[in-house]
Amino acid sequence: MKQEFPEGEINAISGRSLVITGDDIDTDRIIPARFLKCVSFSALGEQVFADDRKELKGNHPFDLEQHQGSNILVVNDNFGCGSSREHAPQALMRWGIRLIIGESFAEIFFGNCLALGIPCMTSSKQEITKLQYLVNENSNQIWDFNLKELSISNQKESFKLNLEGGAYKMLYTGRWDATSQLLDEEEKINNTVKNLPYLNNFK
Amino acid sequence: MSSRTLYDKVWNLHQVKELPGGSTQLFVGLHLIHEVTSPQAFSALNEKNLEVKFPHLTVATVDHIVPTLNQQRPFSDPLAEEMLATLEKNCTTHGIKFHGIGSNSQGVVHVMAPELGLTQPGMTVACGDSHTSTHGAFGAIAFGIGTSQVRDVLASQSLAMKKLKVRRIWVDGSLQKGVYAKDLILHIIRLLGVKGGVGFAYEFAGPAIEELSMEGRMTICNMAIEGGARCGYINPDETTFEYLQGKEYSPKGQEWDNAIHWWKSLASDSEAKFDDEIQLDGSSIEPTVTWGITPGQGISIKERIPNPEKLPKNEQQIAKDACKYMNLEADQPIEGTSIDVCFIGSCTNGRLSDLQEASKIVKGRKVSSGIRAFVVPGSQKVAKEAKQKGIDKIFLNAGFEWREPGCSMCLAMNPDKLEGRQISASSSNRNFKGRQGSANGRTLLMSPAMVAAAAINGKVTDVRKLIQ
Repeated sequence: MKQEFPEGEINAISGRSLVITGDDIDTDRIIPARFLKCVSFSALGEQVFADDRKELKGNHPFDLEQHQGSNILVVNDNFGCGSSREHAPQALMRWGIRLIIGESFAEIFFGNCLALGIPCMTSSKQEITKLQYLVNENSNQIWDFNLKELSISNQKESFKLNLEGGAYKMLYTGRWDATSQLLDEEEKINNTVKNLPYLNNFK
Repeated sequence: MSSRTLYDKVWNLHQVKELPGGSTQLFVGLHLIHEVTSPQAFSALNEKNLEVKFPHLTVATVDHIVPTLNQQRPFSDPLAEEMLATLEKNCTTHGIKFHGIGSNSQGVVHVMAPELGLTQPGMTVACGDSHTSTHGAFGAIAFGIGTSQVRDVLASQSLAMKKLKVRRIWVDGSLQKGVYAKDLILHIIRLLGVKGGVGFAYEFAGPAIEELSMEGRMTICNMAIEGGARCGYINPDETTFEYLQGKEYSPKGQEWDNAIHWWKSLASDSEAKFDDEIQLDGSSIEPTVTWGITPGQGISIKERIPNPEKLPKNEQQIAKDACKYMNLEADQPIEGTSIDVCFIGSCTNGRLSDLQEASKIVKGRKVSSGIRAFVVPGSQKVAKEAKQKGIDKIFLNAGFEWREPGCSMCLAMNPDKLEGRQISASSSNRNFKGRQGSANGRTLLMSPAMVAAAAINGKVTDVRKLIQ
């Protein structure tokens, strides 16, 4: 089945959620280095969290029957630290994740997700713990994420989320894929080049 | 908000434009690529029918997947061969200079670029690798990027970036004998935590930093990212200029004089403002070793493995996980921990001075029986110079293996891997679960000299006991 990846404005995401608990979950955990031996990202979805899943022998959240088809991931602190490998958000996206909510994210991981149209929203430790509890209590419930309202809610509860202004605007306007914007400014790029001593024989 | 720091000056010079979302379009002066994070970027470029805008500002090498025993082509691993062949083809198609196997200039990207003089003060440097922060040692703004951003740099030589805050980390005093740059950075990460640097660039300054060689400075900046700081830098000074003089891509003649003049003007001003400042005493730092599963879980060689119950609340869970995963007992001394494998190499500590310092410990001694110990020079140049100095022989005579250059067991994308529950003493930069190629393998990070000491004694050792 051909997957559809994020496109255009990312204003609302609805679906079931799943939880990965633990601080400092690094990108080596999300996608071990041996799976980086590829010239295309296409196979990464099946390999996400490969070693953790193997260790838990079918009991990892990404393997449990009730979480298949979930698209919202709720994590803890400093998620995605370590390597800059975009393979990590690619693997999550190709498994089906479209939104990540956590206490905080490593910077490069956050940027890599944004470049794929996957919002990384934050909230306090207390709120995340509560959200994780509710998600685990009933994995069937549908959660509605609303970017404009910076919130995620089920039928009873609503959680306020945070996102810095730049990323918010990029997602809201659908201009999170930066390439076209960067290419718009050919003349300004050339002007910058003219002012850099090391590209002009240090004159 | 910071002002008149090196970071501010270099940032301002490279600003192309403020983007509507509030980020800045930042020009990238030097773009480094390798085989792991570039193939999908080239594919995306082709799909969008885009050209590489400034091919001469991108430089390529191959490092992550290269075997270190036999580098004959084709590689015995067909996937590794495919990645290298793809990079070669992309470089040829787009007119990008490639430093390949057999070129005499191939190596770990963060080792080979500085030693060619490609990395210079005042540049912005980007590469699809988080350890790009290494290049900040020269007074450059250097940071790791993802593959979508590699595509953006190829297409536009620029990136959409948010300006970081600047924290100055001032280190007083002098490092003791037997204490190296690696110990200092492990100590800093321990103090500030693995996410302490998120949102910051780290300026490393002060007497203990100024005293370091360029190679030591690269070790420090290399691991800024392990403290959460995407970018770390050191103001350029005479040590920087001396290192750069005569390098292949360094300016020459009149240009050299002009360059020095400009480079000197880039250092943070004495009136510079920082968003945050931290001061510590370098002379009190001891050889430092990680015991856990994040680079922030380091302790001095004289300390005991912490008892998770006695740690601050927010560190308890990960400390418990670490004790369980590492199979190390709380309250036991780290010194004397038995090890199986010793690895000297990586973009953190695979440079000539690293091998030299380690060889001093090894000289005239033998690797403890049952220990597998190997040295992987960071580049072909490092390997050649080490051989000229007879360093390879010192290691070989002691029972180490001497390999060909590459990233090797830092992340084990090549055949060099831990097996099963093996525990390594490693001069690399990450002790994450499964990092060194075995899903339950274990890693203790330390300086190359400490790795050498561990190899000789078969257990974690205070290197100072082996220094005459």
